[in-house]
Amino acid sequence: MKIGVLALQGDFAEHLAVLRRLGVDAAEIRLPAQLDEIDGLIIPGGESTTIGKLAVAYDLMDPLRAFGKEKPIWGTCAGAIFLSKDAQRDQPLLGLMDITVQRNAFGRQVDSFEVGLEIPALARVSEDNPPFYAVFIRAPLIESVDAPDAEVLASLEDGTIVAAQQGNLLATSFHPELNPDDRFHQYFLTLVDSAG
Amino acid sequence: MTKNGQKEVASFKVKAGLAQMLKGGVIMDVVTAEHAKIAEEAGAVAVMALERVPADIRADGGVARMSDPGLIQSIMDVVSIPVMAKVRIGHFVEAQILESIGVDYIDESEVLTPADEAHHINKHDFKIPFVCGCRNLGEALRRIGEGAAMIRTKGEAGTGDVVEAVRHARSVLGEIRRLQNMPDEELMAFAKDIQAPYELVKETKELGRLPVVNFAAGGLATPADAALMMQLGVDGVFVGSGIFKSGDPAKRAAAIVKATTHYQDAAILAEVSKNLGEPMVGRQIADIPDSEKLAGRGW
Repeated sequence: MKIGVLALQGDFAEHLAVLRRLGVDAAEIRLPAQLDEIDGLIIPGGESTTIGKLAVAYDLMDPLRAFGKEKPIWGTCAGAIFLSKDAQRDQPLLGLMDITVQRNAFGRQVDSFEVGLEIPALARVSEDNPPFYAVFIRAPLIESVDAPDAEVLASLEDGTIVAAQQGNLLATSFHPELNPDDRFHQYFLTLVDSAG
Repeated sequence: MTKNGQKEVASFKVKAGLAQMLKGGVIMDVVTAEHAKIAEEAGAVAVMALERVPADIRADGGVARMSDPGLIQSIMDVVSIPVMAKVRIGHFVEAQILESIGVDYIDESEVLTPADEAHHINKHDFKIPFVCGCRNLGEALRRIGEGAAMIRTKGEAGTGDVVEAVRHARSVLGEIRRLQNMPDEELMAFAKDIQAPYELVKETKELGRLPVVNFAAGGLATPADAALMMQLGVDGVFVGSGIFKSGDPAKRAAAIVKATTHYQDAAILAEVSKNLGEPMVGRQIADIPDSEKLAGRGW
């Protein structure tokens, strides 16, 4: 199994470090041909406008859409925005997931936060499943999950949706790659395993 | 660590985390809302809101201070990417003002005239993260010790000459390589020698890199300059006067963004370097007297 991390911009090195810690073969992806070598893709945190513009400039949009129809993709923060159908703003989006997101939904940097989250789905990789410690940085929220096959994986106490899954596609508005806790990466690897 | 359901804001993890999201990107100096839109459209990951770019500060002389908060706000209003702004070294009230208007990052910058010749701001006091300049590892770790959540090598701002940025990056990264090969019993003497906090020296050795994100700045003017700094091993780049003092800012800005992503691909670097128009008119470091150099500011 080989996992790619989209390395146009953002904290791709942090994702690669987690994957390598888990003993997974991982590669940086910057050009369309590199997608042929991987079984799953992570789109990291970063600036979604920058990532989108570079994806357009280097003809990655359609190859990424084709990839996501067959193989698992997980987007964290900017990556989640990029996967969505609707970000309520004019910027390039893959439109693979039937979710509507709102950018910078919690405010500016001064409003960034950390919080413990209950994520029942992680029971698949963690028997006792303690709360997942999540870091939100100028984070988007998932305003709505807009298809019958799309499900909510995690919410804040006030009901705000912060993680969702639709088949092989995963979106989190927080950054599991900034934690020593690698359960979310393990969870994604189970999706890649069953897809392969 | 937070309890389930309880939000914790302004932790160091969250402050340093925003810089991690800027990695592999270009932060551009802008002096108007219109510039800021051009920068965002070109793919900048953040903008530095200023009244004058460093080349003009250098040319105008006089005292350089924090920009008008109204101007900074007008830039915050028009872009969705993070907005940074500069305060004078040691001027914690300018920093309080920027925090109150909600900028995303504060640059305690040698480009402005220092307000304190002995002390930097205690950056732990603020909810807003800070970026600070450095010329070597000791200076970087002193700033992190004071609470900086991001570091940039200083270079020499407003010159269009990349030589100082290279010197400072090589100094920081070279000292880290030396540190990695050092036996633990030598760390205390090394910390004393470079005037850095021992715990941060130890952490840097263990990580094999600075404990926070490290960008290059000061004198970058071309896509090749950005790729050079990336290949040397920095996490991203600041481009100040190099964009809006050039003949075709939008085109040059987009080219530098592409070069920062594809920094290892010479064919792409060649492609994006074509037909960019006039670069900024530079000033060789060798022609600038020491008294006019900005990088020496900071203690």
